[in-house]
Amino acid sequence: MSGKPKLHYFNGRGRMETIRWLLAAAGVEFEESYLEKKEDLTKLQKDGSLLFQQVPMVEMDGMKLVQTRAIANYIATKYNLCGKDLKERALIDMYVEGMFDLNELLMTYVIQPADKKEQHFANMMDKATNRYFPVFEKVLKDHGKDFLVGNQLSRADVQLLELILMAEEFKPDILAQFPLLQRFKARISNIPTIKKFLQPGSQRKPPVREEDVAKVIKIFY
Amino acid sequence: MAGKPKLHYTKGRGKMESIRWLLAAAGVEFEEEFIETKEDLEKLRNDGVLLFQQVPMVEIDGMKMVQTRAILSYIAAKYNLYGKDLKERGTTDLMGMIMYLPFQPADTKEKNLALIIERATTRYFPVYEKALKDHGQDYLVGNKLSWADVHLLEAILMAEECKPDVLSGFPLLQAFKGRISNIPTIKKFLQPGSQRKPPTDDKFVAVVRKIFNI
Repeated sequence: MSGKPKLHYFNGRGRMETIRWLLAAAGVEFEESYLEKKEDLTKLQKDGSLLFQQVPMVEMDGMKLVQTRAIANYIATKYNLCGKDLKERALIDMYVEGMFDLNELLMTYVIQPADKKEQHFANMMDKATNRYFPVFEKVLKDHGKDFLVGNQLSRADVQLLELILMAEEFKPDILAQFPLLQRFKARISNIPTIKKFLQPGSQRKPPVREEDVAKVIKIFY
Repeated sequence: MAGKPKLHYTKGRGKMESIRWLLAAAGVEFEEEFIETKEDLEKLRNDGVLLFQQVPMVEIDGMKMVQTRAILSYIAAKYNLYGKDLKERGTTDLMGMIMYLPFQPADTKEKNLALIIERATTRYFPVYEKALKDHGQDYLVGNKLSWADVHLLEAILMAEECKPDVLSGFPLLQAFKGRISNIPTIKKFLQPGSQRKPPTDDKFVAVVRKIFNI
Protein backbone atom coordinates (compact mmCIF):
# COMPACT_ATOMS: atom_id res chain seq x y z
CA MET A 1 0.00 0.00 0.00
CA SER A 2 2.29 2.71 -1.31
CA GLY A 3 -0.15 5.44 -0.47
CA LYS A 4 -0.16 6.81 -3.98
CA PRO A 5 -3.44 6.90 -5.89
CA LYS A 6 -3.70 3.98 -8.30
CA LEU A 7 -5.52 4.47 -11.58
CA HIS A 8 -7.29 1.56 -13.30
CA TYR A 9 -7.92 2.11 -17.01
CA PHE A 10 -6.59 1.21 -20.39
CA ASN A 11 -3.28 2.71 -21.54
CA GLY A 12 -4.86 5.67 -23.27
CA ARG A 13 -6.57 8.98 -22.60
CA GLY A 14 -10.29 8.28 -22.66
CA ARG A 15 -12.11 9.35 -19.52
CA MET A 16 -9.10 8.97 -17.27
CA GLU A 17 -7.00 11.69 -18.88
CA THR A 18 -8.66 14.59 -17.06
CA ILE A 19 -7.95 12.82 -13.78
CA ARG A 20 -4.29 12.39 -14.73
CA TRP A 21 -4.10 16.11 -15.50
CA LEU A 22 -5.60 17.10 -12.15
CA LEU A 23 -3.29 14.84 -10.16
CA ALA A 24 -0.28 16.03 -12.12
CA ALA A 25 -1.23 19.70 -11.70
CA ALA A 26 -1.60 19.11 -7.96
CA GLY A 27 1.87 17.55 -7.89
CA VAL A 28 0.51 14.19 -6.75
CA GLU A 29 2.42 11.12 -7.86
CA PHE A 30 0.24 8.23 -8.98
CA GLU A 31 0.47 4.66 -10.22
CA GLU A 32 -1.39 3.07 -13.08
CA SER A 33 -2.70 -0.43 -13.67
CA TYR A 34 -3.60 -0.94 -17.33
CA LEU A 35 -6.44 -3.02 -18.73
CA GLU A 36 -5.01 -4.72 -21.78
CA LYS A 37 -7.60 -7.37 -22.54
CA LYS A 38 -11.20 -8.06 -21.69
CA GLU A 39 -10.18 -10.51 -18.97
CA ASP A 40 -8.52 -7.66 -17.08
CA LEU A 41 -11.82 -5.80 -16.94
CA THR A 42 -13.77 -8.94 -16.02
CA LYS A 43 -11.39 -9.65 -13.17
CA LEU A 44 -11.95 -6.20 -11.68
CA GLN A 45 -15.69 -6.65 -12.06
CA LYS A 46 -15.62 -10.06 -10.39
CA ASP A 47 -13.46 -8.77 -7.55
CA GLY A 48 -16.22 -6.33 -6.73
CA SER A 49 -13.86 -3.41 -7.19
CA LEU A 50 -16.02 -1.51 -9.66
CA LEU A 51 -19.12 -0.12 -8.02
CA PHE A 52 -21.05 0.12 -11.28
CA GLN A 53 -18.91 -2.40 -13.19
CA GLN A 54 -17.17 0.45 -15.00
CA VAL A 55 -13.83 2.20 -15.20
CA PRO A 56 -12.27 4.73 -14.58
CA MET A 57 -11.60 3.55 -11.07
CA VAL A 58 -9.09 5.22 -8.76
CA GLU A 59 -7.94 3.68 -5.52
CA MET A 60 -7.17 6.48 -3.13
CA ASP A 61 -7.56 7.26 0.56
CA GLY A 62 -8.95 3.82 1.24
CA MET A 63 -11.68 4.15 -1.38
CA LYS A 64 -12.21 2.65 -4.81
CA LEU A 65 -13.66 5.73 -6.48
CA VAL A 66 -15.55 5.43 -9.72
CA GLN A 67 -17.39 7.93 -11.96
CA THR A 68 -15.08 10.38 -13.66
CA ARG A 69 -16.71 13.51 -12.29
CA ALA A 70 -16.88 12.18 -8.73
CA ILE A 71 -13.20 11.27 -8.87
CA ALA A 72 -12.28 14.63 -10.39
CA ASN A 73 -14.38 16.45 -7.76
CA TYR A 74 -12.71 14.55 -4.95
CA ILE A 75 -9.20 15.28 -6.21
CA ALA A 76 -9.91 18.90 -7.00
CA THR A 77 -11.43 19.52 -3.58
CA LYS A 78 -8.71 17.68 -1.70
CA TYR A 79 -5.94 19.62 -3.44
CA ASN A 80 -7.62 23.03 -3.30
CA LEU A 81 -8.37 23.40 -6.97
CA CYS A 82 -12.01 24.41 -6.40
CA GLY A 83 -11.82 28.06 -5.52
CA LYS A 84 -12.00 29.61 -2.08
CA ASP A 85 -15.75 29.66 -1.49
CA LEU A 86 -19.06 28.36 -2.74
CA LYS A 87 -19.56 31.11 -5.31
CA GLU A 88 -16.13 30.59 -6.85
CA ARG A 89 -16.82 26.89 -6.86
CA ALA A 90 -20.10 27.53 -8.68
CA LEU A 91 -18.28 29.42 -11.44
CA ILE A 92 -15.60 26.76 -11.67
CA ASP A 93 -18.22 24.01 -11.83
CA MET A 94 -20.14 25.79 -14.60
CA TYR A 95 -17.04 26.29 -16.70
CA VAL A 96 -15.80 22.76 -16.11
CA GLU A 97 -19.13 21.17 -17.05
CA GLY A 98 -19.06 23.06 -20.35
CA MET A 99 -15.51 21.79 -20.83
CA PHE A 100 -16.60 18.20 -20.17
CA ASP A 101 -19.23 18.61 -22.88
CA LEU A 102 -16.66 19.76 -25.44
CA ASN A 103 -14.22 17.12 -24.26
CA GLU A 104 -16.88 14.47 -24.92
CA LEU A 105 -17.22 15.66 -28.52
CA LEU A 106 -13.47 15.59 -29.09
CA MET A 107 -13.04 12.25 -27.34
CA THR A 108 -15.75 10.49 -29.33
CA TYR A 109 -14.57 11.62 -32.78
CA VAL A 110 -12.30 8.63 -33.25
CA ILE A 111 -15.06 6.10 -32.61
CA GLN A 112 -17.52 7.62 -35.09
CA PRO A 113 -18.48 5.43 -38.03
CA ALA A 114 -16.76 6.55 -41.24
CA ASP A 115 -19.89 8.10 -42.71
CA LYS A 116 -20.50 10.25 -39.63
CA LYS A 117 -16.93 11.45 -39.08
CA GLU A 118 -17.06 14.51 -41.29
CA GLN A 119 -20.23 15.85 -39.72
CA HIS A 120 -18.95 15.13 -36.22
CA PHE A 121 -15.71 16.95 -36.98
CA ALA A 122 -17.55 19.99 -38.31
CA ASN A 123 -19.82 20.03 -35.26
CA MET A 124 -17.01 19.77 -32.74
CA MET A 125 -14.97 22.49 -34.41
CA ASP A 126 -18.04 24.71 -34.59
CA LYS A 127 -18.81 24.19 -30.90
CA ALA A 128 -15.20 24.80 -29.87
CA THR A 129 -14.87 28.04 -31.82
CA ASN A 130 -18.41 29.40 -31.49
CA ARG A 131 -19.75 28.14 -28.20
CA TYR A 132 -16.99 27.28 -25.75
CA PHE A 133 -13.74 29.13 -26.49
CA PRO A 134 -15.49 32.51 -26.90
CA VAL A 135 -16.91 32.12 -23.38
CA PHE A 136 -13.51 31.56 -21.82
CA GLU A 137 -11.87 34.30 -23.92
CA LYS A 138 -14.52 36.67 -22.60
CA VAL A 139 -14.07 35.54 -18.99
CA LEU A 140 -10.38 36.35 -19.23
CA LYS A 141 -11.05 39.63 -21.01
CA ASP A 142 -13.65 40.79 -18.49
CA HIS A 143 -11.53 40.38 -15.37
CA GLY A 144 -8.08 40.70 -16.95
CA LYS A 145 -6.55 38.22 -14.53
CA ASP A 146 -4.27 35.27 -15.14
CA PHE A 147 -6.62 32.51 -14.02
CA LEU A 148 -10.21 31.81 -14.93
CA VAL A 149 -11.63 32.14 -11.42
CA GLY A 150 -10.57 33.90 -8.26
CA ASN A 151 -7.11 34.85 -9.35
CA GLN A 152 -5.62 31.51 -8.41
CA LEU A 153 -5.10 28.18 -10.17
CA SER A 154 -8.19 25.98 -10.18
CA ARG A 155 -9.31 22.86 -11.97
CA ALA A 156 -10.97 25.13 -14.53
CA ASP A 157 -7.55 26.35 -15.70
CA VAL A 158 -6.11 22.84 -15.81
CA GLN A 159 -9.08 21.41 -17.69
CA LEU A 160 -9.15 24.31 -20.14
CA LEU A 161 -5.50 23.77 -21.00
CA GLU A 162 -6.17 20.08 -21.52
CA LEU A 163 -9.03 20.97 -23.83
CA ILE A 164 -7.08 23.57 -25.81
CA LEU A 165 -4.27 21.13 -26.48
CA MET A 166 -6.68 18.41 -27.58
CA ALA A 167 -8.52 20.80 -29.88
CA GLU A 168 -5.22 21.94 -31.40
CA GLU A 169 -4.40 18.35 -32.26
CA PHE A 170 -7.41 18.45 -34.58
CA LYS A 171 -6.85 21.99 -35.86
CA PRO A 172 -3.53 23.59 -35.00
CA ASP A 173 -4.75 27.16 -35.52
CA ILE A 174 -7.96 26.76 -33.56
CA LEU A 175 -6.96 29.57 -31.19
CA ALA A 176 -6.36 32.03 -34.04
CA GLN A 177 -9.23 34.29 -32.98
CA PHE A 178 -8.52 34.01 -29.26
CA PRO A 179 -5.45 36.01 -28.26
CA LEU A 180 -6.14 35.80 -24.55
CA LEU A 181 -6.51 32.04 -24.70
CA GLN A 182 -3.19 31.84 -26.53
CA ARG A 183 -1.51 33.69 -23.69
CA PHE A 184 -3.44 31.66 -21.12
CA LYS A 185 -2.18 28.49 -22.77
CA ALA A 186 1.44 29.61 -22.51
CA ARG A 187 1.05 30.82 -18.95
CA ILE A 188 -0.63 27.69 -17.57
CA SER A 189 1.76 25.44 -19.51
CA ASN A 190 4.60 27.08 -17.63
CA ILE A 191 3.37 26.22 -14.18
CA PRO A 192 6.07 23.81 -12.91
CA THR A 193 3.87 20.78 -12.21
CA ILE A 194 2.06 21.22 -15.50
CA LYS A 195 5.24 21.91 -17.44
CA LYS A 196 6.59 18.63 -16.10
CA PHE A 197 3.44 16.79 -17.18
CA LEU A 198 3.84 18.21 -20.70
CA GLN A 199 7.31 16.79 -21.09
CA PRO A 200 8.10 13.47 -22.79
CA GLY A 201 8.20 10.60 -20.33
CA SER A 202 5.33 11.89 -18.19
CA GLN A 203 2.15 9.90 -17.61
CA ARG A 204 0.26 12.06 -20.07
CA LYS A 205 -1.13 9.83 -22.78
CA PRO A 206 -0.84 10.43 -26.54
CA PRO A 207 -3.94 10.75 -28.75
CA VAL A 208 -5.47 7.38 -29.53
CA ARG A 209 -4.60 6.15 -32.98
CA GLU A 210 -7.19 4.74 -35.37
CA GLU A 211 -5.50 1.36 -35.30
CA ASP A 212 -5.80 1.15 -31.50
CA VAL A 213 -9.51 1.87 -31.42
CA ALA A 214 -10.52 -1.69 -32.30
CA LYS A 215 -8.35 -3.03 -29.50
CA VAL A 216 -9.97 -0.74 -26.93
CA ILE A 217 -13.45 -1.61 -28.12
CA LYS A 218 -12.62 -5.29 -27.61
CA ILE A 219 -11.86 -4.70 -23.95
CA PHE A 220 -15.13 -2.95 -23.26
CA TYR A 221 -17.63 -4.62 -25.56
CA MET B 1 -33.08 41.28 -5.50
CA ALA B 2 -32.37 38.37 -3.23
CA GLY B 3 -35.67 36.67 -3.89
CA LYS B 4 -36.41 33.13 -4.78
CA PRO B 5 -34.41 31.11 -7.27
CA LYS B 6 -35.90 31.36 -10.75
CA LEU B 7 -35.79 28.38 -13.06
CA HIS B 8 -35.72 28.77 -16.85
CA TYR B 9 -36.75 25.65 -18.76
CA THR B 10 -39.60 24.04 -20.61
CA LYS B 11 -42.66 23.03 -18.65
CA GLY B 12 -41.52 19.45 -18.31
CA ARG B 13 -39.05 17.30 -16.45
CA GLY B 14 -35.99 16.99 -18.66
CA LYS B 15 -32.75 18.09 -17.09
CA MET B 16 -34.41 20.53 -14.71
CA GLU B 17 -36.41 18.01 -12.72
CA SER B 18 -33.54 16.90 -10.48
CA ILE B 19 -33.01 20.55 -9.61
CA ARG B 20 -36.67 20.98 -8.70
CA TRP B 21 -36.45 17.91 -6.46
CA LEU B 22 -33.40 19.18 -4.66
CA LEU B 23 -34.80 22.66 -4.04
CA ALA B 24 -38.05 21.14 -2.85
CA ALA B 25 -36.27 18.71 -0.53
CA ALA B 26 -34.31 21.63 0.91
CA GLY B 27 -37.56 23.50 1.52
CA VAL B 28 -36.61 26.30 -0.86
CA GLU B 29 -39.43 28.03 -2.70
CA PHE B 30 -38.72 28.78 -6.33
CA GLU B 31 -40.26 30.44 -9.36
CA GLU B 32 -40.35 29.12 -12.88
CA GLU B 33 -40.34 30.85 -16.24
CA PHE B 34 -41.34 28.41 -18.96
CA ILE B 35 -39.90 28.32 -22.43
CA GLU B 36 -42.87 27.62 -24.66
CA THR B 37 -41.66 28.51 -28.12
CA LYS B 38 -38.43 28.61 -30.07
CA GLU B 39 -38.60 32.40 -29.81
CA ASP B 40 -38.52 32.19 -26.00
CA LEU B 41 -35.25 30.28 -26.20
CA GLU B 42 -33.83 32.68 -28.80
CA LYS B 43 -34.64 35.62 -26.59
CA LEU B 44 -32.73 34.12 -23.67
CA ARG B 45 -29.79 33.51 -25.98
CA ASN B 46 -29.90 37.01 -27.43
CA ASP B 47 -30.11 38.51 -23.96
CA GLY B 48 -26.77 36.84 -23.24
CA VAL B 49 -28.01 35.09 -20.13
CA LEU B 50 -27.12 31.53 -21.15
CA LEU B 51 -23.41 30.99 -20.73
CA PHE B 52 -23.24 28.17 -23.28
CA GLN B 53 -26.55 29.02 -25.03
CA GLN B 54 -28.24 26.18 -23.19
CA VAL B 55 -30.83 25.58 -20.50
CA PRO B 56 -31.34 24.64 -17.66
CA MET B 57 -30.54 28.06 -16.29
CA VAL B 58 -31.26 29.03 -12.70
CA GLU B 59 -31.07 32.57 -11.39
CA ILE B 60 -29.87 32.19 -7.82
CA ASP B 61 -27.90 34.36 -5.42
CA GLY B 62 -27.11 36.93 -8.06
CA MET B 63 -25.82 34.35 -10.53
CA LYS B 64 -27.28 32.97 -13.73
CA MET B 65 -26.17 29.38 -13.26
CA VAL B 66 -26.12 26.87 -16.07
CA GLN B 67 -25.01 23.22 -16.36
CA THR B 68 -27.24 20.87 -14.43
CA ARG B 69 -24.52 19.26 -12.35
CA ALA B 70 -23.01 22.61 -11.38
CA ILE B 71 -26.42 23.84 -10.25
CA LEU B 72 -27.14 20.66 -8.28
CA SER B 73 -23.75 20.83 -6.63
CA TYR B 74 -24.28 24.46 -5.59
CA ILE B 75 -27.71 23.82 -4.14
CA ALA B 76 -26.56 20.68 -2.31
CA ALA B 77 -23.61 22.49 -0.76
CA LYS B 78 -25.61 25.58 0.15
CA TYR B 79 -28.38 23.66 1.88
CA ASN B 80 -26.19 21.08 3.57
CA LEU B 81 -27.27 18.18 1.46
CA TYR B 82 -23.71 17.21 0.80
CA GLY B 83 -21.90 14.68 2.98
CA LYS B 84 -20.10 16.23 5.89
CA ASP B 85 -16.58 15.45 4.82
CA LEU B 86 -14.70 14.80 1.69
CA LYS B 87 -15.07 11.05 1.58
CA GLU B 88 -18.79 11.22 2.01
CA ARG B 89 -18.94 13.84 -0.68
CA GLY B 90 -17.18 11.46 -2.99
CA THR B 91 -19.81 8.83 -2.40
CA THR B 92 -22.64 11.33 -2.58
CA ASP B 93 -21.30 12.78 -5.82
CA LEU B 94 -20.88 9.32 -7.20
CA MET B 95 -24.40 8.27 -6.45
CA GLY B 96 -25.89 11.59 -7.46
CA MET B 97 -24.18 11.50 -10.80
CA ILE B 98 -25.06 8.00 -11.70
CA MET B 99 -28.69 8.47 -10.92
CA TYR B 100 -28.74 11.42 -13.24
CA LEU B 101 -27.37 9.39 -16.12
CA PRO B 102 -29.91 6.85 -17.29
CA PHE B 103 -32.88 9.16 -17.10
CA GLN B 104 -32.48 11.14 -20.20
CA PRO B 105 -35.04 13.15 -22.17
CA ALA B 106 -38.37 11.58 -22.91
CA ASP B 107 -37.85 10.54 -26.51
CA THR B 108 -34.61 8.73 -25.74
CA LYS B 109 -36.28 7.09 -22.78
CA GLU B 110 -38.91 5.54 -25.00
CA LYS B 111 -36.28 3.94 -27.18
CA ASN B 112 -34.13 2.69 -24.37
CA LEU B 113 -36.80 1.53 -21.98
CA ALA B 114 -35.60 -2.03 -21.79
CA LEU B 115 -32.03 -0.91 -21.29
CA ILE B 116 -33.04 1.44 -18.51
CA ILE B 117 -34.90 -1.27 -16.64
CA GLU B 118 -32.03 -3.68 -17.08
CA ARG B 119 -29.50 -1.16 -15.85
CA ALA B 120 -31.70 -0.13 -12.96
CA THR B 121 -32.26 -3.67 -11.72
CA THR B 122 -28.87 -5.21 -12.41
CA ARG B 123 -26.39 -2.37 -12.12
CA TYR B 124 -27.69 0.49 -10.03
CA PHE B 125 -30.39 -0.62 -7.60
CA PRO B 126 -28.33 -3.55 -6.28
CA VAL B 127 -25.61 -1.10 -5.29
CA TYR B 128 -27.98 1.06 -3.27
CA GLU B 129 -29.72 -1.95 -1.76
CA LYS B 130 -26.32 -3.23 -0.63
CA ALA B 131 -25.25 0.17 0.72
CA LEU B 132 -28.36 0.30 2.88
CA LYS B 133 -27.89 -3.31 3.95
CA ASP B 134 -24.23 -2.87 4.87
CA HIS B 135 -24.67 0.09 7.21
CA GLY B 136 -28.26 -0.55 8.24
CA GLN B 137 -28.99 3.16 8.43
CA ASP B 138 -31.87 5.19 7.11
CA TYR B 139 -29.92 7.32 4.64
CA LEU B 140 -27.44 6.39 1.94
CA VAL B 141 -24.50 8.39 3.29
CA GLY B 142 -23.46 9.74 6.64
CA ASN B 143 -26.66 8.89 8.47
CA LYS B 144 -28.37 12.05 7.37
CA LEU B 145 -30.33 13.26 4.37
CA SER B 146 -28.18 14.16 1.40
CA TRP B 147 -28.76 14.76 -2.26
CA ALA B 148 -27.97 11.09 -2.86
CA ASP B 149 -31.19 10.16 -1.04
CA VAL B 150 -33.28 12.74 -2.90
CA HIS B 151 -31.82 11.67 -6.22
CA LEU B 152 -32.39 8.01 -5.52
CA LEU B 153 -36.02 8.58 -4.64
CA GLU B 154 -36.48 10.54 -7.86
CA ALA B 155 -34.83 7.71 -9.80
CA ILE B 156 -36.96 5.04 -8.10
CA LEU B 157 -40.21 6.84 -8.87
CA MET B 158 -39.20 7.37 -12.49
CA ALA B 159 -38.21 3.71 -12.82
CA GLU B 160 -41.57 2.67 -11.37
CA GLU B 161 -43.30 4.73 -14.02
CA CYS B 162 -41.51 2.52 -16.55
CA LYS B 163 -42.18 -0.70 -14.65
CA PRO B 164 -44.36 -0.54 -11.53
CA ASP B 165 -42.81 -3.60 -9.82
CA VAL B 166 -39.22 -2.62 -10.55
CA LEU B 167 -38.39 -2.68 -6.82
CA SER B 168 -39.70 -6.17 -6.29
CA GLY B 169 -36.22 -7.60 -5.65
CA PHE B 170 -35.18 -4.77 -3.36
CA PRO B 171 -36.89 -4.79 0.04
CA LEU B 172 -34.60 -2.19 1.58
CA LEU B 173 -35.15 0.20 -1.30
CA GLN B 174 -38.88 -0.25 -0.85
CA ALA B 175 -38.54 0.74 2.79
CA PHE B 176 -36.21 3.59 1.80
CA LYS B 177 -38.76 4.86 -0.68
CA GLY B 178 -41.46 4.89 2.00
CA ARG B 179 -39.20 6.66 4.47
CA ILE B 180 -37.83 9.39 2.22
CA SER B 181 -41.25 10.05 0.70
CA ASN B 182 -42.47 10.87 4.19
CA ILE B 183 -39.97 13.62 4.87
CA PRO B 184 -42.22 16.70 5.13
CA THR B 185 -40.62 18.77 2.35
CA ILE B 186 -40.54 15.81 0.04
CA LYS B 187 -44.03 14.66 0.96
CA LYS B 188 -45.23 18.11 0.02
CA PHE B 189 -43.45 17.95 -3.33
CA LEU B 190 -45.12 14.62 -4.04
CA GLN B 191 -48.59 16.04 -3.62
CA PRO B 192 -50.77 17.26 -6.50
CA GLY B 193 -50.34 20.96 -7.15
CA SER B 194 -46.62 20.97 -6.43
CA GLN B 195 -44.06 22.08 -9.00
CA ARG B 196 -43.11 18.50 -9.73
CA LYS B 197 -43.65 17.82 -13.43
CA PRO B 198 -45.56 14.85 -14.87
CA PRO B 199 -43.95 12.26 -17.13
CA THR B 200 -43.38 13.60 -20.61
CA ASP B 201 -45.90 12.46 -23.21
CA ASP B 202 -45.55 12.35 -26.99
CA LYS B 203 -47.33 15.63 -27.42
CA PHE B 204 -44.82 17.37 -25.20
CA VAL B 205 -41.91 15.69 -26.97
CA ALA B 206 -43.10 17.35 -30.20
CA VAL B 207 -43.17 20.75 -28.48
CA VAL B 208 -39.68 20.24 -27.10
CA ARG B 209 -38.32 19.17 -30.48
CA LYS B 210 -39.66 22.37 -32.00
CA ILE B 211 -38.15 24.60 -29.36
CA PHE B 212 -34.70 23.06 -29.44
CA ASN B 213 -34.66 22.19 -33.13
CA ILE B 214 -33.94 18.51 -32.57
